[in-house]
Amino acid sequence: ALLSRPAGGLRARRGLAAGPEMHFGFQTVTEEERREKIYQVFESVAKKYDLMNDSMTLGIHRVWKDILMHKMNPSPGTLLLDVAGGTGDIAFRFINYVRSVRECQLQRKLKHHQNLSWQEIFESYQKDKSNSLGDSQVVVCDINREMLKVGKQKAQHLGYSEGLSWVLGNAEELPFDNDKFDVYTIAFGIRNVTRIDLALQEAYRVLKPGGRFLCLEFSHVSNRLLSRLYDLYSFQVIPVLGEVIAGDWKSYQYLVESIRRFPPQEELKAMIEDVGFFKVDYENLNFGIVAIHSGFKL
Amino acid sequence: GRARPSHSEPRGRNGRGGEEEEEEEGWHQLYPGHIPTSPLQKALLAAGSAVMALYDPYRHDMVAVLGETTGCLALPNLRDKMKNHPEGYHILQERPRIRLSTLDMARLQGLPDGSLGREYVRFLEDNKVSPDTRMPPKFVDDEELAYVIQRYREVHDLMHTLLGMPTNMLGEVVVKWFEAVQTGLPMCVLGAAFGPVRLSTRKLQVLATELVPWAVRSGLNASCVLNVYYEQRWEQPVESLREELGIFPPP
Repeated sequence: ALLSRPAGGLRARRGLAAGPEMHFGFQTVTEEERREKIYQVFESVAKKYDLMNDSMTLGIHRVWKDILMHKMNPSPGTLLLDVAGGTGDIAFRFINYVRSVRECQLQRKLKHHQNLSWQEIFESYQKDKSNSLGDSQVVVCDINREMLKVGKQKAQHLGYSEGLSWVLGNAEELPFDNDKFDVYTIAFGIRNVTRIDLALQEAYRVLKPGGRFLCLEFSHVSNRLLSRLYDLYSFQVIPVLGEVIAGDWKSYQYLVESIRRFPPQEELKAMIEDVGFFKVDYENLNFGIVAIHSGFKL
Repeated sequence: GRARPSHSEPRGRNGRGGEEEEEEEGWHQLYPGHIPTSPLQKALLAAGSAVMALYDPYRHDMVAVLGETTGCLALPNLRDKMKNHPEGYHILQERPRIRLSTLDMARLQGLPDGSLGREYVRFLEDNKVSPDTRMPPKFVDDEELAYVIQRYREVHDLMHTLLGMPTNMLGEVVVKWFEAVQTGLPMCVLGAAFGPVRLSTRKLQVLATELVPWAVRSGLNASCVLNVYYEQRWEQPVESLREELGIFPPP
C-alpha cells in the first residue's frame, strides 16, 4: 500500500487539449503555461542531460536508441528528420549506421571491379570516397535553444559535421515543406509535446509517401510486480539523482510524472492511426518501460 | 505546522490557484521552496549529498541538502534552546532575515572600527562574499525548523566575524568545529571531520594544535549563538560580544 497509482480522482487528460487546462506532470496548468514550464525544464537540464540519462537508466537508454536505429535500418541516401532531437543521440547513431552500411557497399563494389580498367576503378573510388554517407542526411529539429546548443557542441567534439543540420522548430508546427523526409523519428520527445495530435499530423505532412514514422518513448508496464518496482525507483530514486547530480529535483520529478501521464501503447497507436498512418505497430522494450511505435505514410 | 511526508506518489500539488485541493494525502508545501520527501528519499539524499559534497567541494548546495536531511534531531533541539531564551524567543517570533536588502550597509560601514557591524561588513568585503548566497531550505518538513536552519545559515558569516576566521578552507573548518559543538548538526560534524582532508600538513598542524582546541573550548563555553539578535547589536564591539557569549579570544 506504499505506492498506489493515482486514482481516477485526477483528471486524466492525455495530451489532447480538450479545453484550456492541461497536465504538467501531476499539476494542472493552461496550455501556454505547460509549454513554458517544459521549455524551462529542458533549458535547466540541457547541460547535464546526457549524464542524467546515463545515471537514471544505468546506460540502458543507449541500447534502446541502438535498437531504434536497427529497426529503422536506414540505407545510404535516406533523409531523416529527428524531432526533439536535442543533444543529437539519434542523429549521431544514424550517421554511424549509414556510414558503416556505405562502407560495406563500397567493399562489395570493389570486389566486383575485376573487369574494369585501372582508370575506371580509380575514378569510381574517388567519387565514392568523398561520399562516405552516400548522400544521407539528418536534420535535427528541437524547440529548445539550450538543447540544440549542447547538441552542436557534442557534434563538434565528436567530429560529426557532414550530412547534419540543426534547426530550431516546434513539433506542432514544423518549418518544413510537405513530403520531404524518408523517416521521421521522435525519441523521448513526444511526451513533452503539448498537442500530440498536432505533432502527429505534422509528422504525416512532412513525410514522403512511403515514409516511416518512428517514435521511441516511455510507456506503460503491465506486469504488476515490475510496475511497482519501477514506480518505487522512479519516484524515490530519480528525483534524488536529479538533486544530487544536477541540483534540480523539480525537473526530474516532472520527468517521472510526465511518464505516468503519457498515453499507454494502444492509445498512442490509435492516435497515430487517426492521423492517417498505416501498418501502425509497437514493440515493447523491457516489458513496456519503453516502446517503439512505427507507422507508414502511403 | 508539520507535514507528513507522503509515501505514495504525489497525487497533485496544490498552489495552482487552489484547483486540485481535494484530499492531498501529505503533499503539503509548508513554505515556498519546500519539497516534501519520504524517509527513503531523505536517506538517499543524505547519502548522495554526502558523497557529492566530498567529491566536488564547490557543490555548496549539497552541503546544504546534507544539513537538512540529517538535522532531524539537532534542529528541534536548537529550536527549543531558542524558545527557552528571551532573545532567541524574540528571534523566532520576528523571524529576521540577514540579506543585502534588509541590511543598511552604508550605516554599518559608518560604525566605529571594532564594532560588530563594521567588522561584519569588513569581513564581507575582504572575503568577497554576500549574505544573499545562502540556500533556502527545501527538505525540512517543518516550517519553524526551516527558519531555524535558514537562520543558522545566515548567521554563519557572523560566526566568521566573531571567531576572526577567513573563508579559506582552514578558516571554514575551524568555524565548522565551533558550529558542530554549538549546534550538534551532523552536517557540521561531518564537515569538521572531513574538511581537513584537503589541507596541507603544515595547516593541519596549526589546526590540530591551536585552532581546533580553541574552537571547541569556545564552542562548549559559549551560550547558544543562535540566541543573539545580531541585528540589534551592530554597534556593540566585537570583543564585548565575545565576552558576553563566552567565546575565548582567537589565537
